[in-house]
Amino acid sequence: MDKRTEVAEVILAVAREFHDEAEGDSPIAVARGLQAPLYGSEGGLDSLGLVSFIVAVEQAIEERLGLAITLADEKAMSQQNSPFRTIASLVDYVVGLLNGTL
Amino acid sequence: MESPVTIITGTRKGIGRFLGEYYLRQGHRVIGCSRSRPEWSASGYEHFLVDVTDEVAVRELFSVVRKRYARLDHLINNAGIAAMNHSILTPIETVHKILQTNVLGTFLFCREAAKLMKYRRYGRIVNFSTVAVPLKLAGEAAYSASKAAVVSLTEVLAREFAEFGITVNAVGPTPVETDLIRSIQKDKIDHLLTRQAVPRLGTFDDIANVVDFFFRRESGFVTGQTIYLGGV
Repeated sequence: MDKRTEVAEVILAVAREFHDEAEGDSPIAVARGLQAPLYGSEGGLDSLGLVSFIVAVEQAIEERLGLAITLADEKAMSQQNSPFRTIASLVDYVVGLLNGTL
Repeated sequence: MESPVTIITGTRKGIGRFLGEYYLRQGHRVIGCSRSRPEWSASGYEHFLVDVTDEVAVRELFSVVRKRYARLDHLINNAGIAAMNHSILTPIETVHKILQTNVLGTFLFCREAAKLMKYRRYGRIVNFSTVAVPLKLAGEAAYSASKAAVVSLTEVLAREFAEFGITVNAVGPTPVETDLIRSIQKDKIDHLLTRQAVPRLGTFDDIANVVDFFFRRESGFVTGQTIYLGGV
């Protein structure tokens, strides 16, 4: 399994946990898979929800892939297109961090 | 009932050690840290050699706590450094060290603790300020400014973390009989004590009493507060 697929699986699993915990009022449309919006004009996460989601993704990546990363750093915040728009954009961002290309 | 898990920074000696031993006696699992090896050990106590300004090391400490205990109930940000000197005679390197340890270190531990506490939607964070802030003590400009920043951090983080069931408060001790105080001229300490409503040196028990209050489950409606000791 390549790194992108591994990262995508981890983030999708976290999204599903958020979806399940919301019990009917889910902030993440997990049925849309990688295209599910997270935060922004289309996303259902509010700012506090995004904080919780980022923390959960950081911890899941550390637990499942054994890699410690910080998602909400200056690089993420200063990108013209936020990496928190969709699950796919977040996967791209995390893979970039892990590859050291960001 | 599972033992509560309590992280205390700066437990090598002094008030950090006292609080570590105190909460061990109360049945907590205590995780402490300092830059050098502690002068003590105890059953139920685990020590990490960590510089509180080292983000990687701090995150590793919290990672271990998360994997081992899957919970964090309390954090006491006790680690701090002071330098008593006229500002004109204070090297900038000293100012950097004070701000790094007292402000950045406190911020880092609060941030990582909140990540862990939020899962159980419960947590108690106690930061350390000082009466030097309201007393505006001459000769402690950098130290006092750093501890004023801790008060500000406490007030803002209290609002940010309230959503997660986490309270953030601070205690502002008076001078306590420690190694630090013994090196200061007696007349200076005596003068400082006259500015307190209760003119005596503080004790470790005085500080633990305030931390106990903030830690209580019933104190969930108390957040963003700084309690200065001695009636300052």
